[in-house]
Parts: sequence; C-alpha cells; structure tokens
Amino acid sequence: MSEPSSAQLTTSRRLRSGARGRMAVVAVPYLWLLLFFLIPFLIVLKISFSTTQLSMPPYQPLVQWTGEQLNQLRLNINPGNFLYLWQDGLYAQAFLNSIKVAAIATFITLLIGYPMAYAIARSSIKWRGVLMMMVILPFWTSFLLRVYAWIGILKNNGLLNNLLLWLGVIDEPLVILQTNFAVYLGIVYSYLPFMIMPLYATLEKMDLTLLEAANDLGCRPLRTFLTITVPLSMPGIVAGCMLVFIPAVGEFVIPSLLGPPDSLMIGKVLWTEFFNNRDWPVASAVAIALLLLLVIPIVLFQRAQARAAESE
Amino acid sequence: MSSRVSWSRLSALVFGFAFLYIPILSLVVYSFNRSKLVTVWGGFSTQWYGKLFENTQILDAAWLSLRIAAINATGATLIGTFAGLALARFGRFRGRTLLSGMTTAPLVMPDVITGLSLLLLFVAMEQAFGWPAGRGVTTITIAHITLTLSYVAVIVQSRMATLDGSLEEAAMDLGARPVKVFLQVTLPMIAPALVSGWLLAFTISLDDMVIASFVSGPGSSTLPMVIYSKVRLGVSPDINALATIMVGLVTLGVITAGLFMFRKERLRIRDMQLAVSAS
Repeated sequence: MSEPSSAQLTTSRRLRSGARGRMAVVAVPYLWLLLFFLIPFLIVLKISFSTTQLSMPPYQPLVQWTGEQLNQLRLNINPGNFLYLWQDGLYAQAFLNSIKVAAIATFITLLIGYPMAYAIARSSIKWRGVLMMMVILPFWTSFLLRVYAWIGILKNNGLLNNLLLWLGVIDEPLVILQTNFAVYLGIVYSYLPFMIMPLYATLEKMDLTLLEAANDLGCRPLRTFLTITVPLSMPGIVAGCMLVFIPAVGEFVIPSLLGPPDSLMIGKVLWTEFFNNRDWPVASAVAIALLLLLVIPIVLFQRAQARAAESE
Repeated sequence: MSSRVSWSRLSALVFGFAFLYIPILSLVVYSFNRSKLVTVWGGFSTQWYGKLFENTQILDAAWLSLRIAAINATGATLIGTFAGLALARFGRFRGRTLLSGMTTAPLVMPDVITGLSLLLLFVAMEQAFGWPAGRGVTTITIAHITLTLSYVAVIVQSRMATLDGSLEEAAMDLGARPVKVFLQVTLPMIAPALVSGWLLAFTISLDDMVIASFVSGPGSSTLPMVIYSKVRLGVSPDINALATIMVGLVTLGVITAGLFMFRKERLRIRDMQLAVSAS
C-alpha cells in the first residue's frame, strides 16, 4: 500500500469542507447500487426458500396472513429447493462441469494471453498503443456476433472442415460444433482481451533492470522468466484469470450456441429452470448456490482490483 | 536481445491476432456471398444487405436497442463518475469498502445471476408500490445502468489516480468552491475517461442479451434478443450483413478516437517541450 501524497491529503482535507456536496456525490451511486445490486440478492435468497405455485408471480409468499388475526400468520419457509438441488445429481454434475470447463478454458486463455501481453509490453512504445488497441477492438464488436462467427467456422460443412478436407488432412468432416471443445474455443476467444489487459498492465510497469541484473549474474533467460517475470506479474495473472473464470462459470450464450444440446453448464440450467420450467424458486436456489461458489474468486478479484487501484 | 527471442514474440503476436481477427473477417467476407449456404462461395452479392433493410423486426429492435443504449450510457456515466470520484478522491469515508465492493462485483458477476435478481426485484417492487408497471424499456435501462456504471467508475477512478491533485489544490487555494473546482479543473482533465466510459457503457448495453431477456416484457425485444433467436436456428446471411455493418462502425469509431487522442497527446508533448525550452 502506498502512502497518499501530501497534495492528495490537502485536497481531500479541502474537499471535506464541502461535506454536504461530498455526501451527495457518494449517496447517488451508493443508493443506486444498494437498491439495484444488493437488495436484489436478498430477494433472490428469499424466493429460493419459497414454494412454487401456479400464479403470477409463480411462488408463494414466505409470510402469509391466513385470517384476520395476527396469530394466524403462516410462514411458508421451504428448504426443499436446496434439498432438491443436493439430491438430484444433475445439478451437482452441472456445477462440477461448469467449474471444470471454466478452469480449463481460463488456463488455455492464460497460455495464449501471456505471450501476447509479454510481446506487446516488450515492443517499442510506438507500437504498444496500436497493438493494445487491436486487442481491445474485437471486445467492442458484439460478443453475440463473434460467438455466432464460430458457428460458420466449426460446423460440418464450415470453413475449418472445408480447409482441412482441401488440405487432405481429413477424409470426412470432423464434428466440432456442439462439442465441449467448441465451448472451450468460444470462451477462450471471447475472453482473451480480458486476460491480456491486466497482464499487459503489470508487465509494462515491470522494472527491466531486474532482468538485466539477472542476466549479468549469469541467469539463463528461462530461469529469469520463471523466477522474476512470472512472480512480478502475479497480480495481473490473478486479475486476468478471475476476469475470465468467474463469468465463464455462469456463461450462457457460448454453451447454448456452440455446445452440445444436453451440455450441463450451470448458466444454461438456471436459464432453463426460469424460462422453460418457469420454476422461479429453483432458479433462485441455483443462483444462490452459484453465488456461494463464486464468493471466494470474487473476493480474490476485488482484492487484486483494490491493490491495483492503490498502487497507481 | 537475440533474434530467436524476438521471433518467438513475433509469432505469439501473429498467431494471437490471427485467432482474434479471422472469425470477424469470415463474418464480413460471407456477408457478400450470393449463396444462402454461408460457407459455400456463390459469387459476390450485396443482396443480404437489401434483405436486412427489409426486415422490420430487426430494424425495430435495432432502434429500440440504440435508444436504450444512449439513455443507459448517459445515466451510467453520471452515476459512475460520482462513484469513481468518491473512490479516488474522498479518502477513507464510512462505507467505502461496501461501495468499492458494489462497484467491482458487477464487472465479473455472471449475467444470469444479475438478470434473475433484477427481475425478482422489479416483480417485488411492482407488487409493493405498483412501479415499474410491467417490464420493458424502463426496466432494461435500469438493469443496464446498474451493470455498466461499474465500468465507468473503474475507468474514472484509474484516470483520477494518475492525475495528481495539485491543480485542484491550487484552484482551491485561489478560493474556488468545490463545485467550481470540479467543473472547471477536474472535469476537463477526466473528460477522455468520461468519453471512453460513455462509449463502453453504450456498447455493453447494445450487446447484452441475457440480462435484457430476463427483465424485458412482451413487445420490447432488443436487437441482441432478436439476433439470438435467429442464430440459435443456424447461420443466416443477413445476420452476417448486420455484423459487417456493426464491425465497420466500431472500427471507424475506434480509429477516429485513436487518431484524435494520438494528435492531442502529440500536441500536449509539444506544448510541454515549448514550455520547458521557454523557461
């Protein structure tokens, strides 16, 4: 943690004089996020304990007045949704599968993203801006359309199969679309910029004299890389991996467009429970379970973010 | 530096950028294909662009999405700037940890959770207060502002962190009130961050399918929702035409913004050199 500069301290002391204005500046985002980000989770938690019924909205209230008097209050707390998730093996399998797919995809993204971030950070200053712009540019074009592009490439009579057939590598088209491989490819492709950005930020700031010192002392390049560059870029690695892993666990679009029809990804399961089965309480229970699963990675990510914000 | 090392770096870049750009290029190339079978080349044609502009469902959805994206970007920039300002400049105020947590968590929260939780909130609010009555443009906009204000806050916060407070301090020493300092000193300095925050919020809103599906009502299908329901059934060339138009607009926008910032940066450096040599 770095000490705030004296200029910053004085400024913040001055700003303290406009306390009412400061309150207003803090209050607007605070109230907005409390109402539209935090409270919704409490409602999800509440509904995950309610019972499904045929009505709109399709769940029973947790607290119900059955008569005129207060003592006829009835509590309809139903832990059955969580028991159901626990006992029906399908959900556990979907959770495990989502974690597996997200973890493998994150690892592949790191393997492709690290060399790219490294190469960009070590190129001349003139090129760095242009290259980083080229990394970010795909991220500005529609995610949905970029996933869609892979359907045309991977399908049986798609670009890739035509190319491989033409080259004579294969005799008949490979089935790639609607496999887990296509899901990995989709995640790696869509989230690659998120991996490269934090990696580049740490690699670019690195003190290069350390590498020269290691070289002067006779350290071989690979060893220098593993013992100096990698540990120093650890904050970027953590931030990049979390930026890919956390959303990938709950990903819906990629498995539903590229994956097998029966693929068990938890985002797809939640979507189906909500839109097809209209079972809001079970969908809420899935959301709560997913959130509990992601709490640790989210906290890790926030710590990395806070450290990055303070070190600047 | 040995040439072997730079070879490996060059190949990492070539491979990486090929991976990033070949799928986008394939979308563009096949939008000009005469054949309906997207991957068989049947000669050059612009017929799919004509088909696209006859499709009123897509055009209506695009107009709706653009409107939502513009309102969302403006709202998110306003609220997100406040959040970024508070986190970067107000020191350690009470509740800072919670605010900081609430602004970074939406960056990684899976869309299905955000969508479901906001929908349940809107339903509960409607039951309790009668507002928002039904779901549509309003609920989608609120959901998108909640999602995208985090991006604006992070951009503004990191921009503020790179500026030192001495100019603001000088303005206050000269007797300017905090509001005036913000409007005349801070705001011009963070303007580039506000512009990129606004554009990012606009793009994310224009791109979101999952959250919009949860919080939209009948008759308010956004462009990504229409695209999704079309591409789920397989490839269709008019979607390629749409993609090409979007890629073209974004490329144009990013290159313009890049050139603009490059020129400003060069002017700034020249001014600084002039100032140094004059003194």
